[in-house]
Amino acid sequence: MSDATGTVENAVEIQHGCPVQDSHGQRVLHASRDQYVSVIKALADEGYEMCVDLTGADYLAMPHRTIGFGIQPERFELVVNLLSLSQRKRIRLRVQVPADDVTMPTLFDIHPGTEAHERETFDMFGIVFIGHPDMTRILMPEDWDGHPLRKDYSQGAIPVQFKGAHS
Amino acid sequence: MTVISAGTAEGGQELLSRSELTAKELLREVGSVLRLSEAEAALLAEVETEAPEDQTMIINMGPQHPSTHGVLRLMLELQGETVLRCKPIIGYLHTGMEKTGEALTYMQGGTNVTRMDYLSPLNNELVFSMAVEKLLGIDGDIPERAVWMRMLLSELNRMSSHLLFLATNGMDLGAVSMMLYGWREREDVLRFFQKVTGLRMNHNFIRPGGVAADLPAGWRDDVLAILEGLPSRLEEYDILMTGQPIWRERLQGVGVITAQEAIALGATGPILRSTGVAWDLRRDMPYLHYDELEFDVIVGQYGDAYDRYSIRFNEIRESMRIVYQILERMPSGDFRIQNKKVTPPPRARIDESMEALIHHFKIFTEGFKVPEGEVYVAIESPRGEIGCYIVSDGSSNPYRMHVRAPSFVNIQTMPHMMRGGLVADAVAVISSVDPVLGEVDR
Repeated sequence: MSDATGTVENAVEIQHGCPVQDSHGQRVLHASRDQYVSVIKALADEGYEMCVDLTGADYLAMPHRTIGFGIQPERFELVVNLLSLSQRKRIRLRVQVPADDVTMPTLFDIHPGTEAHERETFDMFGIVFIGHPDMTRILMPEDWDGHPLRKDYSQGAIPVQFKGAHS
Repeated sequence: MTVISAGTAEGGQELLSRSELTAKELLREVGSVLRLSEAEAALLAEVETEAPEDQTMIINMGPQHPSTHGVLRLMLELQGETVLRCKPIIGYLHTGMEKTGEALTYMQGGTNVTRMDYLSPLNNELVFSMAVEKLLGIDGDIPERAVWMRMLLSELNRMSSHLLFLATNGMDLGAVSMMLYGWREREDVLRFFQKVTGLRMNHNFIRPGGVAADLPAGWRDDVLAILEGLPSRLEEYDILMTGQPIWRERLQGVGVITAQEAIALGATGPILRSTGVAWDLRRDMPYLHYDELEFDVIVGQYGDAYDRYSIRFNEIRESMRIVYQILERMPSGDFRIQNKKVTPPPRARIDESMEALIHHFKIFTEGFKVPEGEVYVAIESPRGEIGCYIVSDGSSNPYRMHVRAPSFVNIQTMPHMMRGGLVADAVAVISSVDPVLGEVDR
C-alpha cells in the first residue's frame, strides 16, 4: 500500500492489540489470525453490534505490496466491516490468510449474519471457515471446480460445466 | 474439450432430511442460532420442531415459482401446512459480476454495477462512483449541481422501487389490480429517467466525477407532474389495501422478526426499521447533502409483514417530500467535475483541438488511473445498506470490486420469519423481504 503511515517508528495507535490504520478517513484494524475472533468479540462488546459485510481479496497479482506495521503480507486477505448502530461508527478488520493454510475461524457464533458471507467467501476464494455449520458453495453449482475470484482463475478460459452433460 | 473432474464433493446445498443433519446445522435451520436467553428461546419454540420424519415433507418452492421474485429457490420442510424449516438456495442468476468488475475500467464499471439491483440501478451507480471518488480523493470536489442531481435521481429511484414493491406485494397476496397500478406509477418515473439518462433502466448515468449529462429542458415540470399526480393515487391505494380487512389479515403478525434477530442477521433497510430500530444511513451517516434536508425515518413496531409494507408505503411519501426540497434547492453550474483526469473534454472541443481528441480517446480506451488503496462506502438503497468495497492497485481497473448487496443479507432472515407459519404466509414473507435476485446472486 502506498500510505506511509504504517511505519513502526511512528506512534501507531493500537486497539485490542491491533494496529489501527486510517484508510481514506476510515478506521481499519489489522488483526492476526489468532487475534481475529477475540478482537471481533471485543468489538461486539464495545458496541459494534452488526457485521455488515465479510469478504475476501486475493493479492496474488500484487506480490510486492506492503502493509506496514511489521505485518507480513499474505496471498489472501479477509475483510470484515463492522457497524455500530448506537455510536454511528464503522470499523474494518483486515486479516492476512496464508496461501498454504487457507482457513479462518468462523464468526457464526458471534454474528450469525455472517453465515451467507462466509459461504460466499469460501465459494469465491476457497477460504474455509472452521466451525461454520454449512460450509458449502452458495453461488456456484455444488460440483464446480475452482474458486472464481482467485486471481489464477482466468476469465473466459473455463469450459461451461453442466451437470450430467457429456464432455 | 477439457475433461472436468467429477466435482469437488463439498456437499450439497439442499435442505437435507433431519437424520442426515448435524445438530448445529439443525439449530441454524430452525432459527435458533441467535444467542437468545433460554426464556426467549422457549417462547419462540411454540412449534414442535421434533416432528417425526414420516409426518414431514420437504418440498421445493421455486426457482421458477411466480411469487419468488425471480429465481429464488426455497426448500421448505412442512408438517401439514406448517413450515418447520426453510432454506433459501441461491446462485441461479450468478453471472460473476464481481469478477467482471475486475476486467472493466472505472469508467466502464458503472455499466456492470447498475445491473445488480435492477430495480434501483441509480443507487448502485451512486455507491460505486462514491467509492471510486473516495479513492481518487475527489469526493469533496464534486460540483453542487451533480450532488443534488444524484440525490434527485436516487430519491425518484427509491419511489419507483417502492412502487414496484406495492405492485408485487399486491400481486403475491391476491390484490391483482394493485399490480397494474404499481407498474403504471413506476412507469411514470421510468419515463422521466428515460428523458434524463436515455434509458429506462441500467442507466450508467451517475459516473465517477459527477453525472453523465445535465438535466434536460423542462425536467422541473416533469418531476412536478409526477409529484402532483402521485398523492391522490397513493390515497386510493391506502383505501384499496391499508384499511382493507383481508389485506390486514394476510399481513399482520406474519413473518415477525425482532430487533435483536434483525441486527444479529445483519438485516438493514425496511426489515430493520420494521422492528423499531430507527436506522437510516441518510440520516444516521449522511452522505451527499441529506443532512441539509428535512425528512422522517419511518419506523415500525411489530416487525411483521404489515409493518414492512407500511414503511415502504410511507417512504414513498417521504421521498416525495425530499424531492420537493431538492427542486427548491437545485443549484446551477457544472454537472461533473472539471478535473481533466477523470472527465472527458466537451464534445465541441474535440472538433477544434487535437489534444482534446487524444485525451477523449485515451480516457475511453485506457480509462483513468486510481491511486493504490482500499475503501468501503455504503449508502441507503431502497432495500437497505448497499456497500461497495474497492481495492485499487494503481491501475485503471479495480483490483477487487465487491458489492455488499442488501438483498443477499436480508434473504437470511427468511427462515426465521417463516418458521412456524403457514405455506401461504411464506409468499407474504418473501414479498415483504422484497429481494432482488440480480443483486443476491451478482
